[in-house]
Amino acid sequence: MNNPPIADEALKTTPLHALQVALGGKMVPFAGYEMAVNFPLGVLGEHKHTRAAAGLFDVSHMGQVRLHGPGRAEALESLLPADVANLAPGAMRYSQLTNDQGGIIDDLMLTNAGDYLYLVVNGANKDGDLAHMQAALPGGITVEHRTEDALLALQGPAAAAVMARLAPGAETLLFMTSRAITVGGLDCYVARSGYTGEDGFEISLPAEQAEELARLLLAQDEVEAIGLGARDSLRLEAGLCLHGHDIDTTITPIEAGLNWSIQKRRRQTGGFPGAAVIQAQLRDGPARKRVGILPEGRAPAREGAVIVDSDGADIGVVTSGGFGPSLGGPLAMGYVHTEHAAADTPVGLVVRGKTLPARVAKMPFVAANYYRG
Amino acid sequence: MSNIYFTEDHEWILVEGDIGTCGITEFAQEQLGDIVYVELPEAGREVVQNDEIAVVESVKAASELYAPVSGEVIESNDELTDDPAKVNVDAMGDGWFFKIRISAMDELENLMDKAAYDALVAGQS
Repeated sequence: MNNPPIADEALKTTPLHALQVALGGKMVPFAGYEMAVNFPLGVLGEHKHTRAAAGLFDVSHMGQVRLHGPGRAEALESLLPADVANLAPGAMRYSQLTNDQGGIIDDLMLTNAGDYLYLVVNGANKDGDLAHMQAALPGGITVEHRTEDALLALQGPAAAAVMARLAPGAETLLFMTSRAITVGGLDCYVARSGYTGEDGFEISLPAEQAEELARLLLAQDEVEAIGLGARDSLRLEAGLCLHGHDIDTTITPIEAGLNWSIQKRRRQTGGFPGAAVIQAQLRDGPARKRVGILPEGRAPAREGAVIVDSDGADIGVVTSGGFGPSLGGPLAMGYVHTEHAAADTPVGLVVRGKTLPARVAKMPFVAANYYRG
Repeated sequence: MSNIYFTEDHEWILVEGDIGTCGITEFAQEQLGDIVYVELPEAGREVVQNDEIAVVESVKAASELYAPVSGEVIESNDELTDDPAKVNVDAMGDGWFFKIRISAMDELENLMDKAAYDALVAGQS
């Protein structure tokens, strides 16, 4: 048994830290914050509850950024490969800040909020992202880090019913759209999005009102507090990338299978960092690809496990792996040479010196349940 | 005189004659959370004290168990393979991992008694 990490006094806290502790959260360091990895329900129970009803996640550690100024859409397009200029008010896109090699500095959600662009970036990367945007965007664009805003996610098949009760009309939002909505009397910015594969909402509001909203949501019969552990197992079953693990500065969006997030105009005209690399990979195919992997036995393969072919030759590495509570077994994602990337290709996973049989599998591992109207 | 001993790595060993039954402590199972997989040693395997001997995995992470004493594995708790959550339910009882024929009884002197282990855990929780 390894000893558990001991909480660091220097860690930052989110506006819901006191509530997480009061709810019995097991607090751990994550992305520079002390946050709950699970609550008394436990990772398995929290995961299953989210897929069956609704889970409330505190994701206030993530960076919320507003870009102001004329020409902001075109300016942001110089840093990432999504079509921002043609994004309708309220519409959202998933994208990636790229470097000159086409690698992913960070992945993010961007929204045309009307008067500004609203970005949500990873907590662990937000300081670097802010510095990058401030340095690279033209002088007329203001980068505003919303440090006094909290972010809550309500995820699961019952999320819409909960929102309909507290914020009538919110349940009509379509997947990947957003608008300002009053939730339980509190002014919020609500998006139909998430990181679980389930229907759900992400709700931004001033930090000082976050606990009031969280308590109101938790008071609904369908809702349980969910920690980081289940957040990770839910996103893994949904086949969603975690930056720093499944994607990083050495991996392109094409290798990661995120082609769908690069709209046609940007593929053709480029104009983002690493465009030449990414356009070449779109044309010729990448040498390696992100794939889902299902071990045949019960043993999970964790991040770093080497993937081998039927001859035992090294063909890649696992970047996320564990146990899928809804799947009821182990699952992983990782990178393999493209010739081994087809679904059902038999591979081996080297775990504690033994090669375990596995197969390349389509993702998501658990079907998505998004609300598209 | 108590016949249960503990390691700093949160294993327990219950000694009856020269046979020790081993598992992970209640504190350990609480720290790990929902256990989804165990890898148990095969009967007949000879181990030296502190050898890696078994694996326990929660949803989130894998951890190793180390042999609390030297000896020969005589039995593993195969029920855990199909129902690893037994470790969460009864870590100190039905959730035992393996039994070992102890080859060096004096190694037990390196381990903690319950009072010492409880004091260790009190400092970590």
